[in-house]
Amino acid sequence: MLRYFLYRLALLIPTFIGVTIVAFFFIRILPGDPVQVLAGERGVSPERHAEVLARLGFDRPLWEQYFSYLWNVLRGDFGISFASKRPVAQEFFSRFPATVELALCAMIIATALGIPAGILAAVKRGTWIDQATMGTALVGYSMPIFWWGMLLIILFSGILHWTPVSGRIALNYFFPSVTGFMLIDSLLSGQKGAFLSALHYLVLPTVVLATIPLAVIARQTRSAMLEVLGEDYVRTARAKGLQPRRIIGIHALRNAMIPVITTIGLQVGLLMAGAILTETIFSWPGIGKWMIEAVNKRDYFVVQSGLLLIALIIMAVNLIVDVLYAVINPRIRHQ
Amino acid sequence: MSAPVAETAPRKSGSMSGLRETWFYFSQNRGAVAGLVIMSLLVLIAIFSPWIAPHDPARIYNGSFLVPPVWQEGGDARFVFGTDAIGRDILSRLMHGARYSMLIGAVVVSISLVGGIVLGLIAGYFRGWVDALIMRIMDIILAFPSLLLALVLVTVLGPGLFNAMLAIALVLQPHFARLTRAAVIAEYSREYVTSAKVAGAGHLRLMFVTILPNCVAPLIVQATLSFSSAILDAAALGFLGLGAQPPAPEWGTMLADAREFILRAWWVITIPGLAILVTVLAINLIGDGLRDALDPKLKRS
Repeated sequence: MLRYFLYRLALLIPTFIGVTIVAFFFIRILPGDPVQVLAGERGVSPERHAEVLARLGFDRPLWEQYFSYLWNVLRGDFGISFASKRPVAQEFFSRFPATVELALCAMIIATALGIPAGILAAVKRGTWIDQATMGTALVGYSMPIFWWGMLLIILFSGILHWTPVSGRIALNYFFPSVTGFMLIDSLLSGQKGAFLSALHYLVLPTVVLATIPLAVIARQTRSAMLEVLGEDYVRTARAKGLQPRRIIGIHALRNAMIPVITTIGLQVGLLMAGAILTETIFSWPGIGKWMIEAVNKRDYFVVQSGLLLIALIIMAVNLIVDVLYAVINPRIRHQ
Repeated sequence: MSAPVAETAPRKSGSMSGLRETWFYFSQNRGAVAGLVIMSLLVLIAIFSPWIAPHDPARIYNGSFLVPPVWQEGGDARFVFGTDAIGRDILSRLMHGARYSMLIGAVVVSISLVGGIVLGLIAGYFRGWVDALIMRIMDIILAFPSLLLALVLVTVLGPGLFNAMLAIALVLQPHFARLTRAAVIAEYSREYVTSAKVAGAGHLRLMFVTILPNCVAPLIVQATLSFSSAILDAAALGFLGLGAQPPAPEWGTMLADAREFILRAWWVITIPGLAILVTVLAINLIGDGLRDALDPKLKRS
C-alpha cells in the first residue's frame, strides 16, 4: 500500500513543478514594470524602486528566481500580502476553514441526495420518476449558481425572512475560534442558540454550492447503475430468486459505486470554482471571496499564492481519493 | 469524464447515412429536440435583435427607473419585462444579450476545438516525448479549477469580453486535446490507417484526412457541452466584473449591475438569469441527445 502511495505521489511531481511554474510566471508576465505593478498607484522613488526590485529578486536571472521561489514554496513561505502586510500563508489558512466547512456540508448534501436519486432513476428507468429526476438534475447541472444564490436570497431572505443574507453567524454571538468550523465552535462555546444561528447562516450557501455536484452525482449514479444492472452477475442474482432490494442494494450498488466515488473526488475542483461565486454572493469569509478581493485590489502575491495553494490542495485531495480508491478496489493497486 | 470513444470504422456507405442515422436517434429524444428548437429561436433572436427588439438596449428612459414587468402592478405596456435601475428596457437588453452569448459560445468553442484537435492529433500520432510534453501541459491546466484559472488569466490580460473568451478557451481546450489523443491512439493501429500508410500517405494526410474524420463523434459532444460551459463561465466572469464591461447587455454583466437591487426589484435579477439558464439548459439537452445518438453502446440496448 505504501508503495502504491509513493508511486502516486511521484506521478504528481511533474504537475507540481508545472503548477509552480504557472504561479511563478503569473507575476512575471503582468504587463508593465513589476515594482510599479506591485506597488499600485502609490508610486515609488527611484532608490526605493531599486531596493524593492532587489528584495523581490527581480534583478537576478530568471532560472535563479524560479528556484528561489520554489525553495520558498517548499518551506511554506508564500510572500507578504501588499494590502494587509501579513504573510499570505497565514491569511490563507485563517480563511480556509470557512471554505472547508461550506464545501464539506455541500458535498455531504450532494452525496446523500445524489446517490439515492440516481439509484431511484435507474431502477425506475423510463418512468415519469426517472424523467422527473433526470430533468431536475439537468436543470441543476445547467444552473448559473451565482444567479441561483441570488434567487434563493430573494425568496428566503427577502420574502419569507427565514434566512440571513450574508455572513457566518449573528453578530451577537462571540466566542473564540477553536477549530475554525463555525458549527463546531458554536457548539463548544456552549452559548444558547449559537449553533442554530450558525446553521441558519450556512443553509443557503450550502444549497447553492451543492447544486451542481448533486446533479453530477445523480446523473453519474444513474448511468453507473444502469450499466451494472445489465451485467451477468445481476442477472444471475435475479435468476437465483434474490429479493430485488438485495440485488440492488448489495450486488449492483457496490460495483456501481466505483465510478461514482471517482466522480465525487473530481468535484473538488468544481467546488473550489463554485466557492468563488458562492462566497462572493453570500459574503462568506472564505478563500473564494479572498481571491476575488485580491484580484480587485490587485494584490498580486495573494492571487499568485492563492492560485498555487488551491491547486496544491486539489492535487492532495485527488491523491487521497486515488489511494482510498485503491484500498476499496484491489485490482487497481496491483496493476 | 468518460466520454465515449466512437467504435465506428470508416463508413462504407458514405457519411450521409451516418448522419441520417444520428438524426434518427436524436429525433427520438424529445428533450433534445426541444433543446434544438429553443436554441434555434435564440440564434434567430440573436441575429435579428436590432430589428425585433422594441427599444434600443442602451436607451435610457428618464423617469422609468425599475419599472416592474407588465403583468405586475405598476407595470408599463412599453416595457414587457420592466426596466433596470437606470431606465433601460430589459427585454431589449436580453435580446441583444443573446448575441453576446452566441458569440462567446461560438468563439470559445472554435478556438479550443481547433487548438485541442491539433495538440491531440500531434500527441496521439507521434507519441513519445512530444506526447508526454503536451499531455503534461494539459494536466497542469486541468490541475487548476477552470473558473479560477480563467479569473487569474483575465487579471493578467485585463478585464474585457475578448480576454475572457481567450481565457475560457484556454481552460476548456485540454478536454478536446485528451479526447482527440485517445481517439487517435485507438484508431492508429487500425487496418485502414496501415493501408493508407503503405499507400504512401504523409504525416499530415494521415493525421487530418485519414484519422481525424473517424474521431469526430466524441468531439461533437464535447463541443456542445463546452458551448454551454463557455456561456456559463463568461457570464460568471461578467458577474464578477471581469468579463464584458457595462453598459454591454451581456447577461452576466446585467446581473452584476442588478445585484444591489436584489431585495427591491426581483425582475432585474430573475429575468437575465433565467435567460442564461434556459440557454445553457437547451444546449445541454442537445448535448445529451447527441451523446446518446452517437454512442454505439447505448444504441444496442
